[in-house]
Amino acid sequence: MLQRSLALPLVAVLALGVSACATKKKDLPPQPTTATTVTPTTQPPATTTGEAPPATVSNTNVPGSAADFVAQAGADHVLFAYDSYELDEDARTVLGKQAEWLARYPQVRVTVEGHSDERGTREYNLALGDRRATAAKNFLAAQGVDTSRMTTISYGKERPAADGSDEAAWAQNRRAVTVVAGN
Amino acid sequence: MRILFPIAALLAATAAAAAPIRVDINSGIAQPLPIAVPGFATPAATPTEAGTTAEIGGRVAQVIANDLKSSGLFRPLDPTAYTSTVEMPDVLRPEFASWRTIAAQALVTGSVTVNPDGSITVGCYAYDVFSAEELARQGFVTTAAGWRRAAHKCADLVYARLTGETGYFDSRIVYVSETGPKTKRIKRLAVMDQDGAGHRFLTSGQNLVLTPRFAPNQQTITYMSFEGNRPRVWLYTLGSGRQQAIGDFPNMSFAPRFSPDGGNLIFSMSVGGNTDVYRLEIASRKLTRLTSQPGIDTAPSYSPDGSRIVFESDRGGTQQLYVMNADGSGQQRISFGEGRAATPVWSPRGDLIAFTRLGGGRFSIGVMRPDGSGERLLTNAYQDEGPTWSPNGRVIAFFRSARGGPVDLWSVDLSGQNERKLGTPLDGSDPAWSPLLP
Repeated sequence: MLQRSLALPLVAVLALGVSACATKKKDLPPQPTTATTVTPTTQPPATTTGEAPPATVSNTNVPGSAADFVAQAGADHVLFAYDSYELDEDARTVLGKQAEWLARYPQVRVTVEGHSDERGTREYNLALGDRRATAAKNFLAAQGVDTSRMTTISYGKERPAADGSDEAAWAQNRRAVTVVAGN
Repeated sequence: MRILFPIAALLAATAAAAAPIRVDINSGIAQPLPIAVPGFATPAATPTEAGTTAEIGGRVAQVIANDLKSSGLFRPLDPTAYTSTVEMPDVLRPEFASWRTIAAQALVTGSVTVNPDGSITVGCYAYDVFSAEELARQGFVTTAAGWRRAAHKCADLVYARLTGETGYFDSRIVYVSETGPKTKRIKRLAVMDQDGAGHRFLTSGQNLVLTPRFAPNQQTITYMSFEGNRPRVWLYTLGSGRQQAIGDFPNMSFAPRFSPDGGNLIFSMSVGGNTDVYRLEIASRKLTRLTSQPGIDTAPSYSPDGSRIVFESDRGGTQQLYVMNADGSGQQRISFGEGRAATPVWSPRGDLIAFTRLGGGRFSIGVMRPDGSGERLLTNAYQDEGPTWSPNGRVIAFFRSARGGPVDLWSVDLSGQNERKLGTPLDGSDPAWSPLLP
């Protein structure tokens, strides 16, 4: 009786998980057939679930999500030249797509992060990151994104994307990242 | 201006005719002064909360020797070379002949005694060994647990007597302790004595913190924190551990420093991509904008008399140093050399400004006069950054990042010599030296 009462909640949890996924996306991955193995038995439930092969779960992008934003816009970030906050053609293309996506999901708010590479002094890089975040935010605003939906933050050289100390890493770190809120 | 003998001349002079012993700290030291610092004597080994007075006497001597050695100006002799331990009578009447045999030029000795109220008195005596003259003596009363500070004060006394400059050993350093991968670096405020003792962390590491700076009274530290994803200037009260944002500004505020009277903070604030220098009167919370040019104006630092502010600006195209009056008037560029000049900080003596020189793929620590003349680079490395002055304006601490490697605190003296790494439990950056403790 004790074992049975332990096993039941597990089934309930699995069922909940499946139904929660179902509300998000129509073209779901196939139902995990292994779920049926988690029936109450006289065996200890932990052993039973442990013997089952793992369910196959693939990710999918939910419309309006951060992952969908990256997929649709091509990137959540744009890159800058050394000590520059000028948006080049690639950056403007990406930001244009970001603006289109933001127009489709007007309830979504974003934070634009500005970052620098490590080859500058700390205080200056905070200000430079602010310039980069502001440049990206102003471009998005010019494309019709309401400024009330956007905030900026600069991390200077404190949060690099790549941890190397060479030009390839620095190029990746001189960036502005549009972060979709609530994800 | 004091007239100081170069060390070589001094050695010859003292050997010949008992000229006053003196260490020249301006021209750099080819050969540090040999000095003996035997364990301090005690009338009777008395137990205290910090060990017996005999044990404390030994540790006091070690701390003094380490302080003097760290300056690069002194060479404490190996204690095992001493023939015998110092007893109480030796403190007042040293056997100079025996100190001469091990070639000690100066002798620091003293005593540790327990007072009726449980406090201890550390007696500190300095002698010129060759002339057999007393150079200085001072007693320091403290709690038994506070013996380290008495030792630092004794070392400061010796340093001051032999160099003609105020000491700097009884002081602390606040800095940012770093650990973890660069992409997820954890940074915590930490404070320690200038010799690395008494290290303690002030913040948990939950929030990114940067650029801590002491208030003149040393009870408060101003710094930048990303708490709540709102990067702005905070105050940390050392006694209580209280942390408080200085204001509810909508924009990023950073690079804070106190005014010499402690009544004001100067810092940068970024509004719409433009960064200017502001002053906040702490009591009234009155905010005044001091610069208004387009560009990045940051890293402000007061002159010790509070009348002027040095800061960096890229208004001319790249980072350069500027000086203005404390009210923001009279802004004038002072740096002109190759490359960029950044993170200026005014010497507590007022005579020099230390800064970071960027050029040729190197970051170096340099100094120049407040009018921009007399620039000298003291270091040359992959990335040296963020200078801070010892309280006497003779030594500069900074942080050094190795390419792809660790970040550590270092110091160098004004002659560009005696470059040394400061020990910290983890990586360290953004050091700020306190004034001398009261």
